[in-house]
Amino acid sequence: MRKAFLTAALALGLIGGVAGGAQANTLRMAYDADPVSLDPHEQLSGGTLQLSHMVFDPLIRWTQELGFEPRLATGWERVDDTTMRFMLREGVKFHSGNEMTSADVVWTFNRIKESPDFKGVFVPFKSMKAVDDYTVEIKTDGPFPLVLHNSTYIFPMDSKFYSGKTDDGAEKSEIAKHGNSFASQNMSGTGPFMVTEREQGIKLVFERNKDYWDTDSPGNVDEIVFTPIKEAPTRVAALLAGDVDFIAPVPPNDLDRVEKDDGTTLVTMPGTRIITLQLNQDRVEALKDVRVRQAIVHAINNEGIVKKIMRGFGTPAAQMSPEGYLGYNPALKPRFDVAAAQKLMDEAGYGDGLEMSMMCPNNRYVNDFKICEASAAMLAKIGIKIELTTMPKAQYWPKFDERAADIMMIGWHSDTEDSANFYEFLAMTPNTDTGRGQYNSGAYSNAAVDALTEATLKETDDARRAEMLQDIEQILYDDAAFVPFHWQNLAWGARKGVNIGAVVNAMNFPYLGDLVME
Amino acid sequence: MHLLAFLIRRLFQAIIVMLVISIIGFSIQSNLGDPLRELVGQSVSEAEREVLRDQMGLNDPFFTQFARFIGNAVQGDLGTSYFFKKPALEVILDKFPATFELVLAATIMIFTLSVPAGIYAALHPKSWGARLIMSASIVGISVPVFLTAIFLIAIFSVNLGWLPSFGRGDTVEMPWGWETGFLSLDGLSHLILPAISLASIMLPLFIRLIRAEMMETMRTEYVRFAWAKGLHSKRVWLTHAFRNTLLPVITVGGVQIGTLIAYTILTETVFQWPGMGFLFLEAINRVDTPLIIAYIIIVGLIFVVVNTIVDLIYTLVNPMMKLPGAAA
Repeated sequence: MRKAFLTAALALGLIGGVAGGAQANTLRMAYDADPVSLDPHEQLSGGTLQLSHMVFDPLIRWTQELGFEPRLATGWERVDDTTMRFMLREGVKFHSGNEMTSADVVWTFNRIKESPDFKGVFVPFKSMKAVDDYTVEIKTDGPFPLVLHNSTYIFPMDSKFYSGKTDDGAEKSEIAKHGNSFASQNMSGTGPFMVTEREQGIKLVFERNKDYWDTDSPGNVDEIVFTPIKEAPTRVAALLAGDVDFIAPVPPNDLDRVEKDDGTTLVTMPGTRIITLQLNQDRVEALKDVRVRQAIVHAINNEGIVKKIMRGFGTPAAQMSPEGYLGYNPALKPRFDVAAAQKLMDEAGYGDGLEMSMMCPNNRYVNDFKICEASAAMLAKIGIKIELTTMPKAQYWPKFDERAADIMMIGWHSDTEDSANFYEFLAMTPNTDTGRGQYNSGAYSNAAVDALTEATLKETDDARRAEMLQDIEQILYDDAAFVPFHWQNLAWGARKGVNIGAVVNAMNFPYLGDLVME
Repeated sequence: MHLLAFLIRRLFQAIIVMLVISIIGFSIQSNLGDPLRELVGQSVSEAEREVLRDQMGLNDPFFTQFARFIGNAVQGDLGTSYFFKKPALEVILDKFPATFELVLAATIMIFTLSVPAGIYAALHPKSWGARLIMSASIVGISVPVFLTAIFLIAIFSVNLGWLPSFGRGDTVEMPWGWETGFLSLDGLSHLILPAISLASIMLPLFIRLIRAEMMETMRTEYVRFAWAKGLHSKRVWLTHAFRNTLLPVITVGGVQIGTLIAYTILTETVFQWPGMGFLFLEAINRVDTPLIIAYIIIVGLIFVVVNTIVDLIYTLVNPMMKLPGAAA
């Protein structure tokens, strides 16, 4: 009965558009949210980057092993300490039919520098100039090690398409956070897909770019119907019922079901988002004492939390940098030890206990409030009485900005996929002028960390840089600068025959252009 | 003339309701969170955020913001949604058909099932069927709507595979721009589970209400008189008893159908039904304050309209009744 419905629906709605009865591969996918805008520079978020990888191509992109591979740039070379040269692919056409040249890349670069969300990442990039039609050079402000990292954010836009004025007299290139700009409604890129239909919050339909330059790509998806399904149980049910082919994220509670079901496969991967607690030294005098901070870190069994609360869906952490990052220091291990914790409390003179407030979001990270509840219970064992408040993220962030509690939770994913980004935002001394330490709610401050972090942003030698970054992790570990929990895993579910395993990555933007469906 | 006076009164009432709601909405909006967080990425500096807040007028004093809102609202502009970047009113009206059809389908289910079930349970209170209906309705009242919804999805979509698990399916556009799901097989199949979930909240209540009222009426003098006249039992039940049962049912029912709109928030969220309720919950998550305020104002208006319609129907069923406030 259902089959009949489905066939009818397919015949009417999905395949109806394809002439000649050729078999079209349609991928129906469901994520927890859809992109805020069609403008690739309006918001720096996972949703926007996913969309960018579908409709545009970056100069270079990350591989599954966190290396770089050429896309619109065919190669790159360092000209001198502050200059990087990119050779561009020739004969690439935008969806509008315009040909891509260095002028488009420079235009895009200048637009990024205007974007409130992206310009922070691009501060070290001083300028870009076109050497000839198919060569560009990026100038950095002093030696800068992350030129390639950041170049994965350069998705050349069709400068002719996005230039000029709309009928209302607005600039087509305008980046509007809260307006109805041309770029937020229209797209022209070089990517494997084109948007054909969009009902915001409900549906986004893509069609394959017939003239896609990457003819070596094995991808065979002709059409993508993207539906945001906010509720995790509904998303999983839609996959199990066969209403969609591909979902993300899969919640920890349903991993087993998706894995064991005959019709579906589960793909998981260690993620790079670190979940932590910050200990506010400005609010609580006792937290200035490294022994108290060490006691707290020793009292919290983060391996147990991963096992019991996360159901194994995470990697227990003792530092910020995940494995694969330059800063990952293999010597650092989780240090749960209640006896040691109690001893440290006694030594610090707080054997009788302490009282502190804790605040956590309840809908931002996987199992966020449960992690905090468990931590509060664990801290009670060494006499630290926690008054815990949890709230939705919409209310949480203003509280976080106010530093409204003694202990606050924050998870962080490095926008540059590099360790230094963690320290810049979470560990450096807060400074409103430079923006450093913007999310360091603990007011942790160590001059050595500040100096080393700044130095790593000028060091271009990978080996030396790795050493410096790992030193920072060691200092943060010894200082018990924060309470590390784990790196959240990533999980995707798909119908059998949809080979997502080959196209997913730790950044969580699957390269759908290369997806093969059977 | 009475009707006109009545409608004008209701119009004033609606305006006052909407004004009060907008004041309440405005005074709580600062507690909903910071809209900027949802608009910008994590690495945007606080200074940048402050500039954006200024541009959006979020730093203006309460009365400046409220005066600006009322000034625009009088001209039919309820603000611009941060997420959709379109007028909030337009966004809501876009989603209205989906919610309306869901509520309509649920209402049809409620009436077609509760009337026979209620009458039956009243006429044969000791029968097995009546007992089954009554105990099932207790269960129905106590199970929360999202649980019903998840159960239905697990059984009919995942296990049996008969019905789709989410969304609205194919819709057909009517000449006046209304997207309807009633006219396609796919649309109807998508409607079944959400409508059952939504109906499950009110159905038991209506059955019990009709049963109680019907039993009450069966004991009145005029019903006994009708029996004494030797009238056919069907005529006594349906014409004499049931017609009088209907009056309180319509009053309570009208209010309850309005409340169904509140329950659409949960139902639509579970089924990813692209209606106003789903939109509202999303707006709260995104701190899309203009959309939140516009939604509660529109829902306030819907309540007034529904109550007005109920009052009109009431006078049709019982010609002795006068429209409230029109008698003077």
